[in-house]
Amino acid sequence: MVYFIVMLLGIFFGMILTNGEVTSWFRIQEMFRFDSFHMYGVIGSAIVVGALSMLLIKTIGVRSMQGEPVVIETKKLGKGTAIGGIIFGIGWGLTGACPGPLYALAGCGYPAFLIALLSAVGGTLVYGLVRDKLPR
Amino acid sequence: MEIFSSFWPWYVTGPLIGLYVPALYLLVNRHFGISSTFRDICAAFIRPSARYFQYDWKAQRWRLVFVAAIAIGGFLSGGTLATAPQAQVSAHTLSVLSSLGVKDFSSMIPADLFSWGSLLTLRGILLIAGGGFLVGFGTRYADGCTSGHSIHGIATFQRASVIATICFFLGGLISTYLLLPFILKL
Repeated sequence: MVYFIVMLLGIFFGMILTNGEVTSWFRIQEMFRFDSFHMYGVIGSAIVVGALSMLLIKTIGVRSMQGEPVVIETKKLGKGTAIGGIIFGIGWGLTGACPGPLYALAGCGYPAFLIALLSAVGGTLVYGLVRDKLPR
Repeated sequence: MEIFSSFWPWYVTGPLIGLYVPALYLLVNRHFGISSTFRDICAAFIRPSARYFQYDWKAQRWRLVFVAAIAIGGFLSGGTLATAPQAQVSAHTLSVLSSLGVKDFSSMIPADLFSWGSLLTLRGILLIAGGGFLVGFGTRYADGCTSGHSIHGIATFQRASVIATICFFLGGLISTYLLLPFILKL
Protein backbone atom coordinates (compact mmCIF):
# COMPACT_ATOMS: atom_id res chain seq x y z
CA MET A 1 0.00 0.00 0.00
CA VAL A 2 2.75 2.42 1.01
CA TYR A 3 4.74 1.49 -2.10
CA PHE A 4 1.70 2.10 -4.24
CA ILE A 5 1.20 5.62 -2.84
CA VAL A 6 4.94 6.31 -3.15
CA MET A 7 4.72 5.26 -6.77
CA LEU A 8 1.77 7.54 -7.49
CA LEU A 9 3.52 10.42 -5.71
CA GLY A 10 6.66 9.74 -7.73
CA ILE A 11 4.79 9.76 -11.04
CA PHE A 12 3.12 13.02 -10.09
CA PHE A 13 6.48 14.46 -8.99
CA GLY A 14 7.97 13.70 -12.39
CA MET A 15 5.04 15.52 -13.96
CA ILE A 16 5.39 18.51 -11.62
CA LEU A 17 9.08 18.82 -12.47
CA THR A 18 8.36 18.63 -16.19
CA ASN A 19 5.21 20.78 -16.37
CA GLY A 20 6.80 23.28 -13.98
CA GLU A 21 9.89 23.47 -16.24
CA VAL A 22 12.24 22.57 -13.40
CA THR A 23 13.67 20.16 -15.99
CA SER A 24 14.36 22.99 -18.43
CA TRP A 25 18.04 23.66 -19.10
CA PHE A 26 17.04 27.17 -20.17
CA ARG A 27 15.16 27.88 -16.93
CA ILE A 28 18.19 26.86 -14.88
CA GLN A 29 20.43 29.11 -17.01
CA GLU A 30 17.93 31.92 -16.54
CA MET A 31 18.14 31.42 -12.78
CA PHE A 32 21.95 31.51 -12.67
CA ARG A 33 21.86 34.64 -14.84
CA PHE A 34 19.30 36.33 -12.53
CA ASP A 35 17.05 36.97 -15.52
CA SER A 36 13.74 35.66 -14.21
CA PHE A 37 11.87 34.98 -10.99
CA HIS A 38 10.51 31.59 -12.13
CA MET A 39 12.97 29.21 -10.43
CA TYR A 40 13.34 31.43 -7.36
CA GLY A 41 9.55 31.38 -7.06
CA VAL A 42 9.46 27.58 -7.40
CA ILE A 43 12.17 26.91 -4.80
CA GLY A 44 11.08 29.73 -2.46
CA SER A 45 7.41 28.77 -2.36
CA ALA A 46 8.34 25.08 -1.97
CA ILE A 47 10.39 25.99 1.12
CA VAL A 48 7.57 28.11 2.60
CA VAL A 49 4.93 25.41 2.06
CA GLY A 50 7.30 22.71 3.35
CA ALA A 51 8.15 24.75 6.46
CA LEU A 52 4.55 25.64 7.28
CA SER A 53 3.34 22.06 6.87
CA MET A 54 6.18 20.67 9.02
CA LEU A 55 5.41 23.24 11.72
CA LEU A 56 1.78 22.17 11.56
CA ILE A 57 2.72 18.48 11.85
CA LYS A 58 4.94 19.25 14.84
CA THR A 59 2.32 21.45 16.52
CA ILE A 60 -0.55 18.99 16.17
CA GLY A 61 1.74 16.01 16.75
CA VAL A 62 0.56 14.04 13.70
CA ARG A 63 2.09 10.57 13.45
CA SER A 64 3.39 8.80 10.36
CA MET A 65 1.42 5.99 8.70
CA GLN A 66 3.48 3.51 10.73
CA GLY A 67 2.13 5.16 13.88
CA GLU A 68 5.52 6.66 14.82
CA PRO A 69 6.04 10.28 15.83
CA VAL A 70 7.49 12.27 12.92
CA VAL A 71 11.23 12.77 13.50
CA ILE A 72 12.91 15.43 11.38
CA GLU A 73 16.20 14.13 10.03
CA THR A 74 19.20 16.35 10.60
CA LYS A 75 21.78 17.17 7.96
CA LYS A 76 25.39 17.05 9.14
CA LEU A 77 27.48 20.17 8.72
CA GLY A 78 31.09 19.67 7.68
CA LYS A 79 33.71 20.62 5.11
CA GLY A 80 31.87 18.35 2.66
CA THR A 81 28.76 20.51 2.92
CA ALA A 82 30.67 23.36 1.27
CA ILE A 83 33.12 21.47 -0.97
CA GLY A 84 30.58 18.88 -2.10
CA GLY A 85 28.00 21.64 -2.46
CA ILE A 86 30.18 23.58 -4.88
CA ILE A 87 31.02 20.41 -6.83
CA PHE A 88 27.33 19.58 -7.19
CA GLY A 89 26.56 23.19 -8.13
CA ILE A 90 29.09 23.04 -10.98
CA GLY A 91 27.44 19.87 -12.25
CA TRP A 92 23.99 21.45 -11.88
CA GLY A 93 25.12 24.43 -13.96
CA LEU A 94 26.48 22.19 -16.73
CA THR A 95 23.68 19.62 -17.04
CA GLY A 96 20.98 22.09 -16.01
CA ALA A 97 19.52 19.28 -13.94
CA CYS A 98 19.63 18.40 -10.27
CA PRO A 99 18.94 14.77 -9.30
CA GLY A 100 15.09 14.86 -9.53
CA PRO A 101 15.07 16.33 -13.04
CA LEU A 102 17.81 13.87 -14.09
CA TYR A 103 15.34 11.01 -13.49
CA ALA A 104 12.46 12.93 -15.09
CA LEU A 105 14.50 13.84 -18.18
CA ALA A 106 15.84 10.31 -18.55
CA GLY A 107 12.21 9.15 -18.65
CA CYS A 108 11.15 12.08 -20.81
CA GLY A 109 12.94 10.63 -23.78
CA TYR A 110 16.21 12.55 -23.76
CA PRO A 111 18.71 9.71 -24.12
CA ALA A 112 21.60 12.05 -23.27
CA PHE A 113 20.12 12.39 -19.80
CA LEU A 114 20.15 8.63 -19.35
CA ILE A 115 23.92 8.95 -19.76
CA ALA A 116 23.98 11.95 -17.38
CA LEU A 117 22.05 9.88 -14.83
CA LEU A 118 24.42 6.92 -15.16
CA SER A 119 27.34 9.34 -14.83
CA ALA A 120 25.80 10.64 -11.60
CA VAL A 121 25.62 7.08 -10.25
CA GLY A 122 29.28 6.77 -11.33
CA GLY A 123 30.08 9.97 -9.45
CA THR A 124 28.51 8.56 -6.29
CA LEU A 125 30.39 5.29 -6.81
CA VAL A 126 33.72 7.13 -7.02
CA TYR A 127 32.77 9.26 -4.00
CA GLY A 128 32.10 6.09 -1.99
CA LEU A 129 35.49 4.68 -2.97
CA VAL A 130 37.57 7.79 -2.13
CA ARG A 131 35.42 9.06 0.76
CA ASP A 132 37.91 8.22 3.54
CA LYS A 133 40.61 10.31 1.86
CA LEU A 134 38.47 13.47 1.52
CA PRO A 135 38.33 16.31 4.07
CA ARG A 136 35.13 16.15 6.10
CA MET B 1 -6.13 16.32 -18.44
CA GLU B 2 -5.67 19.60 -20.23
CA ILE B 3 -3.65 20.93 -17.32
CA PHE B 4 -0.89 18.41 -18.13
CA SER B 5 -0.48 19.72 -21.65
CA SER B 6 0.52 23.21 -20.58
CA PHE B 7 3.36 24.68 -18.52
CA TRP B 8 2.64 25.69 -14.93
CA PRO B 9 3.51 28.97 -13.22
CA TRP B 10 5.91 28.91 -10.26
CA TYR B 11 3.12 29.42 -7.71
CA VAL B 12 1.56 26.11 -8.72
CA THR B 13 4.79 24.15 -9.12
CA GLY B 14 6.58 25.37 -5.97
CA PRO B 15 3.83 24.70 -3.39
CA LEU B 16 3.18 21.24 -4.90
CA ILE B 17 6.89 20.38 -4.53
CA GLY B 18 6.86 21.75 -0.96
CA LEU B 19 4.06 19.34 -0.01
CA TYR B 20 6.42 16.41 -0.64
CA VAL B 21 8.27 17.29 2.58
CA PRO B 22 5.31 16.52 4.90
CA ALA B 23 3.95 13.82 2.54
CA LEU B 24 7.07 11.65 2.75
CA TYR B 25 7.42 12.13 6.51
CA LEU B 26 3.81 11.01 6.97
CA LEU B 27 4.11 8.16 4.51
CA VAL B 28 7.49 6.61 5.33
CA ASN B 29 8.77 8.92 8.10
CA ARG B 30 11.81 9.83 6.03
CA HIS B 31 12.94 13.12 4.59
CA PHE B 32 12.33 14.26 1.04
CA GLY B 33 15.56 13.72 -0.88
CA ILE B 34 16.53 12.35 -4.25
CA SER B 35 20.31 12.10 -4.49
CA SER B 36 20.51 9.34 -1.84
CA THR B 37 19.09 7.04 -4.52
CA PHE B 38 22.41 7.22 -6.42
CA ARG B 39 23.95 5.47 -3.41
CA ASP B 40 21.04 3.00 -3.29
CA ILE B 41 21.58 2.12 -6.97
CA CYS B 42 25.29 1.50 -6.32
CA ALA B 43 24.54 -0.63 -3.25
CA ALA B 44 21.74 -2.59 -4.91
CA PHE B 45 23.09 -3.18 -8.40
CA ILE B 46 26.86 -2.58 -8.44
CA ARG B 47 27.54 -3.83 -4.90
CA PRO B 48 30.97 -2.27 -4.36
CA SER B 49 32.91 -3.53 -1.36
CA ALA B 50 33.60 -0.01 -0.01
CA ARG B 51 32.20 0.63 3.47
CA TYR B 52 30.01 3.50 2.20
CA PHE B 53 27.88 0.99 0.34
CA GLN B 54 27.48 -1.50 3.21
CA TYR B 55 24.11 -0.55 4.62
CA ASP B 56 20.56 -1.82 4.51
CA TRP B 57 19.45 -0.32 1.19
CA LYS B 58 16.45 -2.66 1.15
CA ALA B 59 15.00 -0.73 4.09
CA GLN B 60 14.95 2.30 1.75
CA ARG B 61 13.48 0.51 -1.24
CA TRP B 62 10.64 3.06 -1.33
CA ARG B 63 13.19 5.62 -2.60
CA LEU B 64 14.00 3.50 -5.64
CA VAL B 65 10.27 3.10 -6.32
CA PHE B 66 9.91 6.88 -6.00
CA VAL B 67 12.64 7.79 -8.49
CA ALA B 68 11.62 5.11 -11.00
CA ALA B 69 8.15 6.64 -10.85
CA ILE B 70 9.62 10.11 -11.41
CA ALA B 71 11.01 8.85 -14.71
CA ILE B 72 7.52 7.55 -15.62
CA GLY B 73 6.03 10.94 -14.73
CA GLY B 74 8.64 12.65 -16.91
CA PHE B 75 7.71 10.30 -19.73
CA LEU B 76 3.98 11.06 -19.39
CA SER B 77 4.42 14.84 -19.23
CA GLY B 78 7.04 14.78 -21.95
CA GLY B 79 4.42 13.23 -24.21
CA THR B 80 1.59 15.64 -23.40
CA LEU B 81 3.90 18.65 -23.54
CA ALA B 82 5.47 17.74 -26.85
CA THR B 83 3.05 19.93 -28.78
CA ALA B 84 2.72 22.68 -26.13
CA PRO B 85 3.87 26.15 -27.09
CA GLN B 86 7.22 26.98 -25.51
CA ALA B 87 7.05 28.86 -22.24
CA GLN B 88 8.57 32.31 -22.13
CA VAL B 89 12.19 32.07 -21.08
CA SER B 90 13.87 35.44 -20.56
CA ALA B 91 14.90 37.05 -23.84
CA HIS B 92 18.13 38.23 -22.24
CA THR B 93 19.14 34.68 -21.25
CA LEU B 94 18.32 33.43 -24.73
CA SER B 95 20.35 36.14 -26.48
CA VAL B 96 23.36 35.56 -24.21
CA LEU B 97 23.18 31.80 -24.82
CA SER B 98 22.83 32.41 -28.54
CA SER B 99 25.96 34.56 -28.52
CA LEU B 100 27.76 31.78 -26.62
CA GLY B 101 26.94 29.38 -29.45
CA VAL B 102 23.71 27.61 -28.42
CA LYS B 103 21.65 27.04 -31.56
CA ASP B 104 18.57 24.98 -30.74
CA PHE B 105 15.90 26.77 -28.70
CA SER B 106 12.97 24.63 -29.82
CA SER B 107 12.50 22.63 -26.59
CA MET B 108 13.38 22.61 -22.89
CA ILE B 109 16.79 21.18 -23.63
CA PRO B 110 19.15 22.55 -26.28
CA ALA B 111 19.21 19.53 -28.59
CA ASP B 112 22.48 20.65 -30.20
CA LEU B 113 24.20 20.14 -26.83
CA PHE B 114 22.30 17.19 -25.35
CA SER B 115 21.80 14.51 -27.99
CA TRP B 116 23.26 11.09 -28.76
CA GLY B 117 25.44 12.73 -31.36
CA SER B 118 26.79 15.29 -28.95
CA LEU B 119 28.16 12.42 -26.86
CA LEU B 120 30.76 12.04 -29.60
CA THR B 121 32.01 15.58 -29.06
CA LEU B 122 34.26 16.80 -26.25
CA ARG B 123 31.72 19.52 -25.52
CA GLY B 124 28.90 17.01 -25.13
CA ILE B 125 30.97 14.65 -22.99
CA LEU B 126 31.89 17.48 -20.61
CA LEU B 127 28.30 18.74 -20.31
CA ILE B 128 26.54 15.38 -20.12
CA ALA B 129 28.92 12.87 -18.56
CA GLY B 130 31.14 15.42 -16.78
CA GLY B 131 28.19 17.38 -15.41
CA GLY B 132 26.38 14.21 -14.37
CA PHE B 133 29.46 12.86 -12.61
CA LEU B 134 29.85 16.07 -10.59
CA VAL B 135 26.16 15.94 -9.62
CA GLY B 136 26.57 12.40 -8.25
CA PHE B 137 29.89 13.07 -6.53
CA GLY B 138 28.98 16.47 -5.09
CA THR B 139 25.51 15.64 -3.79
CA ARG B 140 26.78 12.67 -1.81
CA TYR B 141 29.79 14.59 -0.49
CA ALA B 142 27.45 17.42 0.59
CA ASP B 143 24.92 14.87 1.97
CA GLY B 144 22.03 16.17 -0.11
CA CYS B 145 20.84 18.01 -3.18
CA THR B 146 18.24 20.61 -4.05
CA SER B 147 15.46 18.48 -2.56
CA GLY B 148 17.16 17.18 0.60
CA HIS B 149 19.02 20.38 1.48
CA SER B 150 17.49 23.36 -0.32
CA ILE B 151 13.87 22.39 0.18
CA HIS B 152 13.62 19.86 3.03
CA GLY B 153 16.63 21.16 4.97
CA ILE B 154 15.82 24.86 4.81
CA ALA B 155 12.12 24.15 5.45
CA THR B 156 13.19 22.43 8.67
CA PHE B 157 15.55 25.31 9.59
CA GLN B 158 18.88 23.49 9.29
CA ARG B 159 22.08 25.50 9.12
CA ALA B 160 23.95 22.88 7.07
CA SER B 161 21.28 23.14 4.39
CA VAL B 162 21.50 26.92 4.15
CA ILE B 163 25.27 26.67 3.71
CA ALA B 164 24.90 23.80 1.22
CA THR B 165 22.39 25.77 -0.85
CA ILE B 166 24.65 28.85 -0.98
CA CYS B 167 27.45 26.57 -2.21
CA PHE B 168 25.18 24.87 -4.81
CA PHE B 169 24.50 28.32 -6.15
CA LEU B 170 28.17 29.34 -6.12
CA GLY B 171 28.98 26.21 -8.11
CA GLY B 172 26.25 27.04 -10.61
CA LEU B 173 27.63 30.54 -11.06
CA ILE B 174 31.12 29.11 -11.66
CA SER B 175 29.65 26.90 -14.41
CA THR B 176 27.53 29.63 -15.93
CA TYR B 177 30.09 32.43 -16.05
CA LEU B 178 33.46 30.61 -16.20
CA LEU B 179 33.02 27.10 -17.58
CA LEU B 180 30.11 27.31 -20.04
CA PRO B 181 31.57 30.09 -22.23
CA PHE B 182 34.70 27.95 -22.56
CA ILE B 183 32.97 24.58 -23.04
CA LEU B 184 30.46 25.93 -25.58
CA LYS B 185 33.34 27.01 -27.82
CA LEU B 186 34.83 23.50 -27.94
